[in-house]
Amino acid sequence: MAANTRFFPKVAFSSPIMDSIIRYVLMILLALVLFAVILLISGQDPIQSYIDIFATTFGNAYGFSEVLVAMIPILITALAVALPSRVGLINVGGEGQLYIGAAFATWGALTFQHLPAWLLLSLMTLLGMLGGALWAFLPAYLKAIGLVNETITTLLLNSVAPKLVGFLIFGFWHSAMDTVKTDNFVDAAKLPTFFGTRVHLGLVFALILLVAFWAFMKYTRWGLEMRAIGGNAQAARRNGIPVKRYLIIAMCAGGAFAGLAGMAQTSGFYGVLLLNFSIGLGFMGFLICWLAGGDPFGILLMSFMVAVITTGGNMLQLTRDLPYAAINILLALTLFVVLAKPTFFERKKP
Amino acid sequence: MGINKNDSKQPLITLRGITKAFPLTLANDHIDLDIYSGEIHALLGENGAGKSTLVKILFGFYRADAGEIRLDGKPISIKSPRDALAVHIGMVFQDLNLIPAFSIAENIALFLPHLKAILNPQEINEKIEEVSGLYGLEVDPRAIVSQLSIGVQQKVELLKLLLSDARILILDEPTRVLAPHEVDALFGILDNLRKKGYSIILITHKMKEVLECADRITVLRGGRVSGTLLRSAATEKGLVALMFEKPLSGLKVGATPEKAEFSKPVLELQGLDTHAGGATISLKGIDLKIHPGQILGVAGVSGNGQRELCDVVLGMERTVKGRKLLFGKDATNKSVQSVRRSGVSFIPENPLAMASVPFMTTLENSVLTNTWRYSRHRGFSIDWTAAKADMEITAKRLGFSVNPYALARSLSGGNLQRMVILREMTHDPQLIIASYLTRGLDVQSTLAVRQALLQAREDGAGVLLISEDLDELLTLSDRLVVLYGGRIVGEFLPSETDIFQVGLLMTGSKSDRGSKH
Repeated sequence: MAANTRFFPKVAFSSPIMDSIIRYVLMILLALVLFAVILLISGQDPIQSYIDIFATTFGNAYGFSEVLVAMIPILITALAVALPSRVGLINVGGEGQLYIGAAFATWGALTFQHLPAWLLLSLMTLLGMLGGALWAFLPAYLKAIGLVNETITTLLLNSVAPKLVGFLIFGFWHSAMDTVKTDNFVDAAKLPTFFGTRVHLGLVFALILLVAFWAFMKYTRWGLEMRAIGGNAQAARRNGIPVKRYLIIAMCAGGAFAGLAGMAQTSGFYGVLLLNFSIGLGFMGFLICWLAGGDPFGILLMSFMVAVITTGGNMLQLTRDLPYAAINILLALTLFVVLAKPTFFERKKP
Repeated sequence: MGINKNDSKQPLITLRGITKAFPLTLANDHIDLDIYSGEIHALLGENGAGKSTLVKILFGFYRADAGEIRLDGKPISIKSPRDALAVHIGMVFQDLNLIPAFSIAENIALFLPHLKAILNPQEINEKIEEVSGLYGLEVDPRAIVSQLSIGVQQKVELLKLLLSDARILILDEPTRVLAPHEVDALFGILDNLRKKGYSIILITHKMKEVLECADRITVLRGGRVSGTLLRSAATEKGLVALMFEKPLSGLKVGATPEKAEFSKPVLELQGLDTHAGGATISLKGIDLKIHPGQILGVAGVSGNGQRELCDVVLGMERTVKGRKLLFGKDATNKSVQSVRRSGVSFIPENPLAMASVPFMTTLENSVLTNTWRYSRHRGFSIDWTAAKADMEITAKRLGFSVNPYALARSLSGGNLQRMVILREMTHDPQLIIASYLTRGLDVQSTLAVRQALLQAREDGAGVLLISEDLDELLTLSDRLVVLYGGRIVGEFLPSETDIFQVGLLMTGSKSDRGSKH
């Protein structure tokens, strides 16, 4: 065995990052091939459609910036799932936490309009995270005392949150012109954008969170303890790790992330709180986190991929006259391929 | 070779040159083994000697890299447990494989080779009763498995094999989980089976059991056969010499420190009650005291409150009545974290489920009980170098070690136990709760661990030692209590009592058995 390793020095896929890039790309390719069949059936030229998608997303700077814009909320909501998953919690409530975060941030934006931008935006960020965290606290607490499974409660609260936000908009915040949205935020309450595109400061938030999450889990004492809880909660408890406290903290932190995504979306993307502004951003984050297996690098890659598909799909809808549902088929196929984990994409064990 | 009483007969099963390599280890290295019909053949060896691997190859669970299996002299190929059953080889695994929610009959029916599409429970029950009566394996076919003791579950596993026409029965460490009286019952059953012509391969590393019930003994060491003996030719000393390269040194038990009783107890429970919930039972009115430098042994058949006693001391279980004092201070219902930080160590009965995180390395697992001690920069990093150094110092002191970078889930049961013991013995614990300390350990490690416990006692630590091994308790303990049904039903000095008396208290049958004897 020793001789073998000498004859085949580890060169090719030595870095795990290269390795996972190759795996993900192969999976996406397989999904594209499957989708091509659907396109053929509906009378479209798959090659031309893919060229369209590619051209509208990578072909020019604006297209690429739109991909980044689409990536911001789903990257953050994916992290909102990844963090609780490390202690074994399944947070399906990203959508609801995102709504409540957006509502808290909006309250800040509407109430403290006179504040300078740096202060108002910091306040809104904190409020957004607080809102998401509070919305996650109830499921977290009920789980920690052993009463209700967090998957059920987070999922069900998803349908409560948008209604609550609707109540706030209809009842208190709606603009004089339109009952389904608030007044436009003052400029100080809008996240700055870059280079004349729609890419806003939320992207920086997302990337900082991603790196912080990775480093936290890998290097810190708390990351180690959280991984221990996810690995074997009973042993962790007997080893003196305060499991209940961690369950609550991890779930609330996840909620805070999702709340931040909501804040970024209202303040950075829309500049106003719209009724039902998110159709599944939280769920998309859940999907991405699962596709990536909770791995931070995979989350970055998968959220970028999903953003490419959704923005490219919007374009396809315009230029090719395809129904938007077709893009959902492509997303579903991607999910199918990744979850099926074809064996020939598996990393070979050394 | 002349060591075989069945020389004239052909062996039923012949293994020749069985070789199996795993990454980094050669588990079996050209092993030859003969199994005759109507014999109990013991496979003896320390942890990692290759016993389990060998029988798993015979049962089709693993495939050998090289070598040959012959049945009645004809080469056969066993590619899966199904193939093994087809040639009447059956195996009972270390961790029993029954479905807890099913009745005994349903569990057995699942395993039958020719199960009809429409079940006839009556027929299956009759079959079970017929076979079980023959061998002293009486069970109630309608009983639900989750409510049975481990001993009865083992009977069910044996019945499963007998009803599916197995003639060669492999038992992987069947006595590991049994109470002393259950072990005797099992050996009685095995003896019956042997008389009916069954062949039994018995894996164990308990010398006494081997000498008690085996016809022939094959000793493995480091993946090779180091000797095959008839029981009549085997002595404890001879077997030890075959198992280990160097002879074992005896256990040095020091005297109980005289002044122990006068110093402040490290642990004191005063009239302590807990609530039963789920699978736990409740403790009632527990009073006990452990002084520094004292080992308090707790005897009892498992399931009589041992786990609850450990958990309440550790702070996992809530106290509903009474008080718990640790090192003289009230610690009733304090958190596990604060109890551990005050100097309490815990070696649980099941290191896999209760003490380790499977996807972490040994080193990471070792840090888990002490993250506060190893965290640097206020917790933003962990000092792995210091953790590894501490682990090595303890390993040197105890005389065994584990690879710090191996994943816990890749370790064998014995190595996992070693890992937990290493971790819990580091940082000079003042109170050690040790539950089934030597379960799964071979003779040499058992000795090392017991010696370490005695050393800790000498250094002034108190020990709560929970065990079913009465020899161990009587040798190591300074005082002994017996736990039955969540109560302490007896308290002795080891010199005042004997195995018989304790055994009767353990089974809760002292009064009625007492009148018969």
